[in-house]
Amino acid sequence: MSSAQIEIQIIASLVAIACAIPGTFLVLRKMAMISDAISHSILPGIVIGFFITQDLNSPLLILLAAITGVITVVLVEYIQKTGLVKEDTAIGLVFPVLFSIGVIMIAKNANDIHLDIDAVLLGELAFAPFDRLLISGIDVGPKSLWIIGSILIITIALLFAFFKELKLSTFDKGLAASLGFSPVVIHYGLMTVSSITTVGAFDAVGAILVVALMIAPAAAAYLLTTNLKKMLILSIVFGVFSAISGYWFAHWLDASIAGSITTMLGLLFLMVYLFAPSKGIIAVIYREKQQRIEVSLLTFLLHLKNHDDQRERHVNHLNEHINWQKVRSKTVLELAMKNNMILINNNIVSLTPKGDKFTTQAIDYIITNEDAQIEGMKEDFFLFRG
Amino acid sequence: MKNNIAVQIDDLTVAYNYKPVLWDIDLEIPEGVLMAIVGPNGAGKSTLIKSILGILKPIAGSVTIYGKSYKEQRSLVAYVPQKGSVDWDFPTTALDVVMMGTYGSLGWIKRPRQKEKKAALEALEKVGMLPFKNRQISQLSGGQQQRIFLARALVQDASIYFMDEPFQGVDATTEIAIINILKELRKAGKTVIVVHHDLQTVPEYFDWVTFLNVKKIATGPVKDIFNDDNLTKTYGINYKVSIQE
Repeated sequence: MSSAQIEIQIIASLVAIACAIPGTFLVLRKMAMISDAISHSILPGIVIGFFITQDLNSPLLILLAAITGVITVVLVEYIQKTGLVKEDTAIGLVFPVLFSIGVIMIAKNANDIHLDIDAVLLGELAFAPFDRLLISGIDVGPKSLWIIGSILIITIALLFAFFKELKLSTFDKGLAASLGFSPVVIHYGLMTVSSITTVGAFDAVGAILVVALMIAPAAAAYLLTTNLKKMLILSIVFGVFSAISGYWFAHWLDASIAGSITTMLGLLFLMVYLFAPSKGIIAVIYREKQQRIEVSLLTFLLHLKNHDDQRERHVNHLNEHINWQKVRSKTVLELAMKNNMILINNNIVSLTPKGDKFTTQAIDYIITNEDAQIEGMKEDFFLFRG
Repeated sequence: MKNNIAVQIDDLTVAYNYKPVLWDIDLEIPEGVLMAIVGPNGAGKSTLIKSILGILKPIAGSVTIYGKSYKEQRSLVAYVPQKGSVDWDFPTTALDVVMMGTYGSLGWIKRPRQKEKKAALEALEKVGMLPFKNRQISQLSGGQQQRIFLARALVQDASIYFMDEPFQGVDATTEIAIINILKELRKAGKTVIVVHHDLQTVPEYFDWVTFLNVKKIATGPVKDIFNDDNLTKTYGINYKVSIQE
């Protein structure tokens, strides 16, 4: 691996981490689309900053772009507050206007500046190692590494300092306000960090793909854990994994690095979406199938409990009495046998004491809907796992 | 006997988009009462609580808690929002939600430690939810979620408790458990203010009541003012309830 290759992978990984942290909170606050808005509408900020400094990595440019990002949020909220349009409409109205102002500014001055639309949309990660930071003549590494590194350190410091406040105001805005943690301050703090991170990441992956790095890792992590800290760590791991595997995918295909990273993010999310242990699609389908069988079992046991008449409990009559198809009856019968809930004597089915107790408990639960009784049964049956 | 005024509201007017939701409310809530706020949908019951707690900004009027502004008396007040106001799919546990009640006394930046955790566990015990402390909150039933919210308020160890429809969507067992805890709070000298929907249970659960419908209709002891006349004035239809003594 050449040093340029290593530098690109480090930059991509730092960008991924810096995006995953605010991204996690955006996903939990159901504000994923605001990151899309910010990533596009910071363009005029970047262009104006570039006009002034002639340097894509200048701190002034980052500041101007971040301000444009916050202005976007303010505008969206203002339009929404009038009650005339919904939030998604407001987002759709604000960011294209700001973005197009940036596009026009670039087009009008295309001859004077080295800033083209392709780079803005997709980033130029491959060129990042060529723009070096020189301190009194000594090369200390690529400029974008220093920029995203600084942004990341600030983000992590803020996360550690205000983790409690972020969690509280994300979960329960009303309580946060009543306890004196202004949700407005926290909201705009998060928006500012998101804007600054977007600018820092912009150079590497471009306006369109920043959104993927913010949202996809957090969305995948959300499906895998019920713990906020673990969700943050998983988002970071997913982000870094996609950054590095995306780089090599691009290397192999000789294609856009940003495009490859995003493709990896998409694949990663798809895998988690399908195979996540409890929230994944396959697990959900399996659970629903289990529940159907369990409801059938309960219906069957209840039938046995309610009928003493031997005719009603004869194996051959059960099908017509409960009105099921043979396959289903067989599955249910086997499940009941396996759990020692029924006995079959001379083709007459009857409940065992265990089956009788289970049926009584289950019916009690369904009638009273009281939670206390259900706790002991949850382990045995999907049906009651809510 | 009830001399101290816990909450004093003067000329409070609150508006959404220039439409008044609460109009010129004057209200004194004496210390140590268990008070229901009743009124039809849209009467401004939740708005009243949110305005007292500084979550909404009134366009006129003032609120004081024991004679001082809410900001100064924040530590004396605990709040239970409507259960539906939060996302129960949030990745966190029952214990963690109860710990949030301690954040107010911690202030900015400081993290909860063993002392806060111990207080949270005690509060969980009081509402009978200790066995569920590590359960993810979406895995709890509606009644259990409400108990977690109650525990979160208890952990604040406040003097005044505001609760927004704590009985909404809970089973009978939980309702009894909650009202017993509220009565214990009153016994301990606390003031408890509850937005309540079930008129039938007002005489049984509460000793003080405020009728609200944009304006304040009446406030006082349940035995004196909980009658058909005030109910009719509040709900706008000819209301008849049989009050069981």
